[in-house]
Amino acid sequence: MKIFRTAGSYESNDCLVTVTKADGLTIEIESVVFEEFGDQIYAVALETLKQLKATNMHVHIKDKGALDYTIRARIKTAVKRLGDIRA
Amino acid sequence: MRKSLLFIPANQPGMLQNVDIFQADGIIFDLEDAVHLTEKDAARDLLKSFFNSVELKDVEAIVRIHHLDDIPAIINPRLDTICLPKADLEGLKKLNRALSTYERKYRLSKKIGVIALIETPESILNALAIAKAPRVNGILLGGEDLSTSLHVMRTVEGKEIEFARNMVIYAAKSAEIDAIDTPFTNVEDNKGLETDILHAKALGMNAKACIHPNQIELVNRLFMPSLTEIEFAKKVVIAMENAEKQGLGAFTVDGKMVDQPVITRALQVLKASEGYEDD
Repeated sequence: MKIFRTAGSYESNDCLVTVTKADGLTIEIESVVFEEFGDQIYAVALETLKQLKATNMHVHIKDKGALDYTIRARIKTAVKRLGDIRA
Repeated sequence: MRKSLLFIPANQPGMLQNVDIFQADGIIFDLEDAVHLTEKDAARDLLKSFFNSVELKDVEAIVRIHHLDDIPAIINPRLDTICLPKADLEGLKKLNRALSTYERKYRLSKKIGVIALIETPESILNALAIAKAPRVNGILLGGEDLSTSLHVMRTVEGKEIEFARNMVIYAAKSAEIDAIDTPFTNVEDNKGLETDILHAKALGMNAKACIHPNQIELVNRLFMPSLTEIEFAKKVVIAMENAEKQGLGAFTVDGKMVDQPVITRALQVLKASEGYEDD
């Protein structure tokens, strides 16, 4: 069974981030504002994961209008909960 | 001088992004009771990310910590004040040491203040020493936890916290810091809130914590001096200036003898009413 960890919620202005260990890094985004901000969410997620040195995981972001700082925080918490970093 | 402080859960992005529009003098980002034990890490990460990204204007950024371990996670140049729950002298001493350490480590140019949230019978009895502890610039009464400690019901009238309110006020005024009243917890009872504010103000409280944005306007308005107080204060100042020109030692306003305490109070009223806009 795959181990996964989550952070955040699927409430307005928040996002639910789910991370699982994987070979390589993949980011999957579902968002109510994907057309307008999908690229930006991807860029924020990628930058955050790089800073966390998280290279081998699958990241799923279910977004409901979260601002950048919320996306960063939720990714960081989920990755820490998975136990890959100590930051 | 503060009037309104709004508690918001630190783990709710929808609340965080609106803090600028609430018109509170300060926002208390809550890492304690409003955040479930399993979500403390997420709340700390969110608050840190928020402080790193958002510059708050004209609002004091206060964090109610759950534990001293929260401090390294949330310390930031944008943080103004720590609210210490269940504050006692030992806890305040430890907090002061921790803040000094992290202010040096992160080379902060400002000194972070402390609001002591006192909510136990022992802390109420030690209120004066708490008020004079380093960094403390306000005492907030925690009426709910105090009532639990006293094994009494919290009531709308608040007789059960009257002694505590007075202790907070006398301690805070002795130390020339803010006396901040406990929140009124029924967010749908505006009449009850109004009565509660006016009672606290009459005793000597100068501010009140809020648990809902809808409470802020009333708290801000009622903690302002009334128009009657402002008008009288203006008359006192004008009469004082005239008396000085004429070399008079004593004078009257509206038939009342004015002496130094009355003048001092008039000046306090005018200072507190700065920025007041008459509707």
